[in-house]
Amino acid sequence: TTRSPCGTLETKGMFGAEFRRFSLERTKPGKFEEFYGLLQHVHKIPNVEVLVGYIDIHGDLLPINNDDNYHKAVSTANPLLRIFIQRKEDADYSAFGTDTMTRKKNVLSNVLRPDNHKKKPHIVISMPRDFRPVSSIIDVDILPETHRRVRLYKYGTDKPLGFYIRDGSSVRVTPHGLEKVPGIFISRLVPGGLAQSTGLLAVNDEVLEVNGIEVSGKSLDQVTDMMIANSRNLIITVRPANQRNNVVRNSRTSGSSGQSTDTSLPGYTPHTVQNFHPEEDDSDEDDIIIEDNGEPQQIPKAVPTSESLESLTQIELLHDSTQNGFIPFSEVNLCHSAGNVSMEYEIHDPDKKSLEDGAIITL
Amino acid sequence: MRRFLRHGHDPVRERLKRDLFQFNKTVEHGFPHQPSALGYSPFLHLMAIGTRSGAIKLYGAPGVEFMGLHEENNTVMQIHFIPGQCQLVTLLDDNSLHLWSLKQRSGASELQEEQRFTLRGPPGSPPSATQITVVLPHSSREVLYLGTESGNVFVVELPSFRLLEDRTITSEAVLQRVPEDYRNRRSFELVEALREHPRNPGHILIGYSRGLIVLWDLHNKRVSRHFLGSQQLENLFWQKDGHQIISCHYDGSYAQWPVSNDDRQLEPLESKVPYGPFPCKAISKIYWQTTKNGPPYIIFQGGMPRASYGDRHSISVVHGSQQIAFDFTSRVIDFFVVCNADPAAEFDDPSAMVVLAEEELVVIDLKSAGWPAVHPPYLASLHCSAITCSHHVSNIPLKLWERVISAGSKQNSHYSDMPWPIDGGTNLAPDPPQRDLLLTGHEDGTVRFWDASGVCLRLLYKLSTVRVFLTDADPNDNMNPLGEDEWPPLRKVGSFDPYSDDPRLGIQKIYLCKYSGYLTVAGTAGQILVMELNDEESEHVVDHAEADLLQDQEGYKWKGHERLKARDEPVRFEPGFQPFVLVQCQPPAVVTSLALHSEWKLVAFGTSHGFGLFDHQQKRLVFVKCTLHPSDQLALEGPLSRVKSLKKSLRQSFRRIRRSRVSSRKRRAGGGITGEVQEANSKFDQDALQEMELAPIQRKIEARSAEDSFTGFVRTLYFADTFLRDSSRHCPSLWAGTNGGTVYAFCLRVPPAERRMDEPVRAEQAKEIQLMHRAPVVGILVLDGHGTPLPEPLEVAHDLSKSPDMQGSHQLLVVSEEQFKVFTLPKVSSKLKLKLTALEGCRVRKVTVANFGSCKTEDYSENNLAILTNLGDIQIISLPFLKLQIRYPCIRKEDVSGIASCVFTKYGQGFYLISPSEFERFSLSTKWLVEPRCVVDTQEITGNNYLHNKSGMEKATRKSRKSGRLMEHALLNDERAAAPVGGGDV
Repeated sequence: TTRSPCGTLETKGMFGAEFRRFSLERTKPGKFEEFYGLLQHVHKIPNVEVLVGYIDIHGDLLPINNDDNYHKAVSTANPLLRIFIQRKEDADYSAFGTDTMTRKKNVLSNVLRPDNHKKKPHIVISMPRDFRPVSSIIDVDILPETHRRVRLYKYGTDKPLGFYIRDGSSVRVTPHGLEKVPGIFISRLVPGGLAQSTGLLAVNDEVLEVNGIEVSGKSLDQVTDMMIANSRNLIITVRPANQRNNVVRNSRTSGSSGQSTDTSLPGYTPHTVQNFHPEEDDSDEDDIIIEDNGEPQQIPKAVPTSESLESLTQIELLHDSTQNGFIPFSEVNLCHSAGNVSMEYEIHDPDKKSLEDGAIITL
Repeated sequence: MRRFLRHGHDPVRERLKRDLFQFNKTVEHGFPHQPSALGYSPFLHLMAIGTRSGAIKLYGAPGVEFMGLHEENNTVMQIHFIPGQCQLVTLLDDNSLHLWSLKQRSGASELQEEQRFTLRGPPGSPPSATQITVVLPHSSREVLYLGTESGNVFVVELPSFRLLEDRTITSEAVLQRVPEDYRNRRSFELVEALREHPRNPGHILIGYSRGLIVLWDLHNKRVSRHFLGSQQLENLFWQKDGHQIISCHYDGSYAQWPVSNDDRQLEPLESKVPYGPFPCKAISKIYWQTTKNGPPYIIFQGGMPRASYGDRHSISVVHGSQQIAFDFTSRVIDFFVVCNADPAAEFDDPSAMVVLAEEELVVIDLKSAGWPAVHPPYLASLHCSAITCSHHVSNIPLKLWERVISAGSKQNSHYSDMPWPIDGGTNLAPDPPQRDLLLTGHEDGTVRFWDASGVCLRLLYKLSTVRVFLTDADPNDNMNPLGEDEWPPLRKVGSFDPYSDDPRLGIQKIYLCKYSGYLTVAGTAGQILVMELNDEESEHVVDHAEADLLQDQEGYKWKGHERLKARDEPVRFEPGFQPFVLVQCQPPAVVTSLALHSEWKLVAFGTSHGFGLFDHQQKRLVFVKCTLHPSDQLALEGPLSRVKSLKKSLRQSFRRIRRSRVSSRKRRAGGGITGEVQEANSKFDQDALQEMELAPIQRKIEARSAEDSFTGFVRTLYFADTFLRDSSRHCPSLWAGTNGGTVYAFCLRVPPAERRMDEPVRAEQAKEIQLMHRAPVVGILVLDGHGTPLPEPLEVAHDLSKSPDMQGSHQLLVVSEEQFKVFTLPKVSSKLKLKLTALEGCRVRKVTVANFGSCKTEDYSENNLAILTNLGDIQIISLPFLKLQIRYPCIRKEDVSGIASCVFTKYGQGFYLISPSEFERFSLSTKWLVEPRCVVDTQEITGNNYLHNKSGMEKATRKSRKSGRLMEHALLNDERAAAPVGGGDV
């Protein structure tokens, strides 16, 4: 098993006692969904729900269940990518994780004879893709480590967002030295609320942005209104009051040693680098209509009446730029104002869909 | 294609935008807030009013007005015009003097500040040494005399404000010739009055506060004569011939002093306490006006008996046996008398008295019998009763306009028909392009109709809804029930009366159909009145219906106010808008939205509980819809929050006080109950404010849910003839939007005209849209096949609008406080949207469709949305593509009442309250701009002529006012002066 000159990756899949060998394009691995389909295809188990795992370079058995860890698996596999496939019903989750190889002598035996490990009843939790996300930290790759961008997802009304904001002042480094500037801070977390249970937000965290829009210069009431208007998909960038929990990244170790005062770099402007678009995943689109006292239905999107060259070019731009998660400065504004074409549900949906379909994945 | 053109990208569009949109604050209508000073130029016939915030406003003939603002924003204490000049000097409370000029630029005059000056004493002297108390501009126009607290009179040169130290009149110099015993008692007194000798500019009269009056000879720099008054001096006045002076005093007396040529020590000719013998309040100002054919007019401010009338704000006019004490409802700031302006005329012959009170301007005609009031063409007191809502109607058809004016003129019969006495300057503004009405609803249940076409906001007609109801207010509860023989002979004047007897009468919504003359108004206690314009007086019973908005909902208890009791018997209505139907909502919550369709003869109304539709032709309720969420307890209980109830109780206590005062007026009034209540009021406000500031300000971040309170609150109602059910047939429909982001649409069946009375109007709910962001719906609009908003009812019938396009598909625009959304019709699918709050943090407060015409091309115009946000910004958003066109900051975001009061016109203008008594007018359009443009002649030659020809003038004419005008304009080709004067004078 060697790497072929064209960059294909030898892959060995094991389901039960059966092995299958096939190759993947290392540079264009495609999506997890497609990989999953491929596995079902090569193992001839089209309708079987399975769990997929691989052995990483340290010999740990790690799951593959989304695009990210799939890409990680492909990129780190050297030389062979070993895949383990288990039926979901009799999956052993404890087999996964770090040190799995040292804890348990033989991964293979664990996987092959799961009944050995049914002594301890474990809590049955589903795999991440069965969860609905309630919060996430996003854009860690582009933000300074002193900042944190948190996304809160609000489903229905069962759990309140549960936080309060207040006015305050923070110290900022400017070319003229330190300067006290007004800022917005989290003032209270409601016990049991979404904000508190995520653990990503804390009292006295300074709010820097709401859904990509800087709050500096805006009043408390304005920021409140912005947050409430975005409450179904709220993305807030904060500077945590407690900077000790920051992940120290190699690139900026010097600049980020746990200081609670502001250490933001003068050159940092949040608007230049942004992984998301304020109107992306616009969950407030699901307005409801009741016709003639009938059943409530979601209001559909109107079919576009005309298509223009302009719209196509813009979508392409957008598509390209989001591919690598980086939007050059010149295009940021464009993406903002052209928001209604970039949204998943907007009028030009079909265009975008077709373009995405057009991005070809070679297996 | 256009959808993708963002602003800033298309140069053609950018150019067009410049031709369409332009933001200007054009003119302030109404009465200046907190006036503090009054000035008048008999030469220019201009009046100036200064305010506590440092503004000065000049008014002349209707349409002639100027405004200036002192940078310091300090209170204007005094205003003095320079004789024979287009200049005036103001004194502020920081002791600074400011010189203002009316300068001509490109044909129109502008008010500009030219100089400022602060009088400074020698180093180390106390500030009182230079604290200015009185200002006298000398008729030579070269100097100002400044009386100070130290008793010295300083002289400064004009226009440079150079202090002429050698000409200072020190109190020491004055006291030299005063008898020893008198001098010892009275050193260091402030200068209370400075008056120039009417016939001899070389002499000025100086009055000191403790009673000493001297006539100072300017050339010889010495006291020419002195008058040893024994009472504290308030003011002085020269008789026109210069033979007598009149002094008025703190004890309520006035005295006449002869000015003879011999140098004896003089005693007053006569000293009188007009409202004695019991102690009286000070007479602060006095005029002695001579007439050719009779006794003089003695006009003085104050002097009321201290004990029983000490709280009155009065000005008394005495003319022979006639005497009236004009009684003002607010404090008198100052007054002047319009008389023969010619300094050489033998008699004053006063024609009018102009009184600036704190809340209104009152002008009394002194020539007509009974001294009636003159109806001012401007400076209307908008806040006679507090404004609760406004409604603007553009382009009123001439017929309706005339009928409203005729109804109004019948109400104004008690006014004098004298022409407006302050008539300086020339209005150059073009005639207003169209007739516009601004309707204001007031707390006392009245609706006032204002001519808002031009620069002068003029009251045309006042409608009262009070008569329809039985209120506990006694109609005879008059502030002035005194008989003929009462003393003092008080007469209440003016219209300012801010205290409503029943707050439930307050008007909350107004809609006028300019084509049919139907008017509907709705009020605080859930009352809706439909009215019709009738040129005749009528006595009839108002039909009465009830709309139970809770329908079958059980177990709710309304804790708010009771509904108003309607009169069952016939009621007499004066010519004008007469109610014929009264609908009362149950519970009687405030009406929050109102719509009238004059063609279908339907009126829709909404409250915090639901909405209803009433057929005012058949006088039948068509349907009601409850919009309440079961958990919305707050809406059910009524509008009383703690703060409001406290305010209410204060108001009630005030009312009680007022009643007790009226009933027992002979009792000692205590000298300022009003003041105490106001003080308590302001203290309460301050306390509340402080409390708010001390509390940590934090805001809860929570998604809105259906359970929030007041979600059922109906914010907007809209009638449209559109495709509600299928795309082949359109039908009448009613749309309602709530505070919780719900839109209801009802399909209506209106019988054809010939069977209109026979068949009932039917309604059926066709659609209900729930916006997921749940923000309050503030506007609903249907766009026709061309993307143009549907016309108003009857607009097409009157050939004033193109028929809407019924071929292409219609679209529904829903404006919430946070977003604009366009949906297709009849099948509702979302088409376009514009988010506002999510991106900018501001919310829509007001929205309207406005038509913008191009200033370049006559025939180009387009419809856009004009919105006002809670931050006070105005934005223009294109239709139907919802693109932000332009944004202007307009109102301070802290000015919540200003933002709430804003009303847009159909052609891109607007009004908002800058104080309880003033509307600011603004324009967003390049084409429709109403602003003052006027000229006051400043040519030097006019002034010179005026003075140099003094002797000649004396013989030429006695009709000074007209001749003054003639003189001013003689050298100009002024058509205005030439035309009306005519007759023998020319």
